[in-house]
Amino acid sequence: MISSFPKLLNATLITLKLLSVSLVVGLILGILFSIMRINKNPIINKFAYGYSYFFRGTPLLVQIFIIYFGLGQLEFIRSSFLWIFLKEPYWCAIIAFSLNTGAYTSEILRSAFETIKPGLIEAGKSLGIQSKIIFFKIQIPIAIRQSLPAYGNEIILMLKGTSLASTVTLMDLTGVAKYIISTTFKPIEVFIVAGGIYLFLTFLIHNFIKFLEKKYSF
Amino acid sequence: MNIIKKFSLGLLISLFLTISANADKIRIGTEGAYPPWNSKDASGKLIGFEVELAWTLCRYIGQQCEIVEQDWDGMIPALIMRKFDAIMAGMSITAERQKAISFSQGYADEVASLAVMKGSDLEGISTSEGINLTKKTGAVKKDLKTLTSALSGKTVCTQTATIHQNFLESGDVGKVNVRTYKTQDEVNLDLASGRCDVALAAAVAFTDYAEKSGKPVVLVGPTFSGGAFGNGVGVGIRKDDTELLKAFNKAIDKARKNGDISRIATKWFGFDASM
Repeated sequence: MISSFPKLLNATLITLKLLSVSLVVGLILGILFSIMRINKNPIINKFAYGYSYFFRGTPLLVQIFIIYFGLGQLEFIRSSFLWIFLKEPYWCAIIAFSLNTGAYTSEILRSAFETIKPGLIEAGKSLGIQSKIIFFKIQIPIAIRQSLPAYGNEIILMLKGTSLASTVTLMDLTGVAKYIISTTFKPIEVFIVAGGIYLFLTFLIHNFIKFLEKKYSF
Repeated sequence: MNIIKKFSLGLLISLFLTISANADKIRIGTEGAYPPWNSKDASGKLIGFEVELAWTLCRYIGQQCEIVEQDWDGMIPALIMRKFDAIMAGMSITAERQKAISFSQGYADEVASLAVMKGSDLEGISTSEGINLTKKTGAVKKDLKTLTSALSGKTVCTQTATIHQNFLESGDVGKVNVRTYKTQDEVNLDLASGRCDVALAAAVAFTDYAEKSGKPVVLVGPTFSGGAFGNGVGVGIRKDDTELLKAFNKAIDKARKNGDISRIATKWFGFDASM
């Protein structure tokens, strides 16, 4: 039992890697798509809406399965350069997680953009500041600060979402926990340890976000 | 108010009925995803060699049975936690599993094999027809050596928590890059898509898949038995359930004597896998 602890800690590193890479990619996607969402061009904003509607409206597990098992069935994908990435379960998981968290992040940021008081933008305009600069210096910083609590939640949800990586053969924390159970037949003990590790990670994330909220409060 | 009373009374009665109905039923757990051992038909009904054999054994035991579906990787924990009373899921009798549960005598046995897609460079490996790992003779060692060099650098896929995974991780074929899946179906999918260079499972699991899907899956290398591959497939039973174990052993004896196991095995496997 105790001998399985290092194995679980090792697997935690994989979980953290999956989480951090998909959060970075997802944040970039989220910023891009939230900007598209507030764009006045109907094609651009409908496209961004469609993206977030699809990825928020379907279970993450289904998304991983479509990307991993679904795309793997298509001959033209297997013979294209995409297969270099899609062949590897790691990249399939990263793609699914990034697209998923990107969709939620774009919604979080969009609503943050919409809550910015028009007065702040008008104040900038009345001082003769270019709208580009208003966007980067006023709108984006306020939006990011406004969305911190909701984004903290999204990080925690994503941390737990990474446990689905084990369904496509990746040995993350959940995957290794299941593997240990399959050899020791002790589900309760192993899942309690794994759950404890998730809880501890959530604790760290929660406090980090709280720290940021305080630091950038106004 | 009256309606609620009637409704809750009805609920209580039905609850009581289901509890009492379940009390003397033997619940048998199976995976339903490992054809031809056990699987599901298009309507979701459990079918297969073990499902049919389970009904036969229950008839000999003289008790009602219920077949319960359970994911493979939680099979033994579910038995221990009394979600059901017996496992019939193509589970080989191994020393490792016997630490946790008891097994009846074996009722069927069947060899394992590697499989690749047609055109793989592994198609050409030359080994003997079959090897038994219980006695590691010179010939067996030679074949394992051939396999070690053939499998090095390859992604070998197999279902999780199986004798096949144990074998690949035993070191008998060196250090291989093993990838494990929840079900055999997923192993088959990834073998066909090319994510797996080679897969290891019961030989019939591959021939069954090749036949049903029309995919060019071919068996390569020797067939495996003995050693890590265990001593046949038996009924898994909780250690303290000695009465049930006795009952199953007797029923298997009878079914064997009457030719039932052979008949059912031949029907599902295409050959007599009984033991």
